[in-house]
Amino acid sequence: MSDNIIRLHYDIDADDFSSAGLASSGTKRMLNQLGFNPAIVKKVAISMYEAEINAVIHADGGCADVEITPEKIVVVISDKGPGIPDIEQAMQAGWSTATNEIREQGFGAGMGLPNMKRYTDDMKIETELGVGTKVTLIINVN
Amino acid sequence: MTVAEIARDLEMDVVSGAALTDRQIGGVYVGDLLSWVMSHAKDDDLWITVLTNLNTVAVAVLSNVACVVIPEGIEVEEATARKAETENVIILRSKMTAYEICIKVYEKLKNQNGYDRN
Ligand SMILES: Nc1ncnc2c1ncn2[C@@H]1O[C@H](COP(=O)(O)OP(=O)(O)OP(=O)(O)O)[C@@H](O)[C@H]1O
Ligand SMILES: [Mg+2]
Repeated sequence: MSDNIIRLHYDIDADDFSSAGLASSGTKRMLNQLGFNPAIVKKVAISMYEAEINAVIHADGGCADVEITPEKIVVVISDKGPGIPDIEQAMQAGWSTATNEIREQGFGAGMGLPNMKRYTDDMKIETELGVGTKVTLIINVN
Repeated sequence: MTVAEIARDLEMDVVSGAALTDRQIGGVYVGDLLSWVMSHAKDDDLWITVLTNLNTVAVAVLSNVACVVIPEGIEVEEATARKAETENVIILRSKMTAYEICIKVYEKLKNQNGYDRN
């Protein structure tokens, strides 16, 4: 039912990547308030956080759009970054182009995209070199 | 086994979340790669990490761990402690190494009835 849809929009800032995570924590709070099962909330929050952090560290920020219905939660993270040259390679556990500075912050294990896949029911990556990347994460409620 | 009991018996400093330490600990996870922690740490784990930046707090919230333990007397950044306080994350600080903390916590959990982690 269309009147059951809740939409959230967040800008993802890149200037200070230590503050990253605001979009996913805001979404998590909203889902908790709406009374979603904690296991569902965790799936959404972790996969969205991974995508949000990727937008920050690999693409200079972007934005997040979340659509919440009783049946499923759809998260779209878009950026205008460099794009991903080889999606299959990027999806491999352990593959990372993160710099040392990023690794010192605890990122760069090459586990973000595999985590997104693991914590979602469906995931789609659209990317174009020099244009940007759009990651869609779908979590079914039942 | 609560966070408060661990902090008291293992002589750890409570850096943040002092009012919340009646939370139960279910197990232990050690790791400094945040994505790895998010995919493997379990709810209610005591998480040991040398990372003391703001992302540590975010990952502790998302992973729903019982508390964060910073080993080897590493200083916790002021901003991290503040953020942890507002996000209701308990951070403990210990002089012990991660290995020693694991052993001590394991012994305590083992003596508790029904603890069987696999
Ligand atoms: N939004 C993006 N724009 C450009 N490149 C990206 C983007 N997301 C991922 N990548 C590329 O894919 C690689 C793998 O991403 P993934 O999230 O799995 O690992 P990571 O971000 O390097 O490390 P981790 O997520 O474990 O901290 C990245 O190192 C980067 O090269
Ligand atoms: Mg990543």
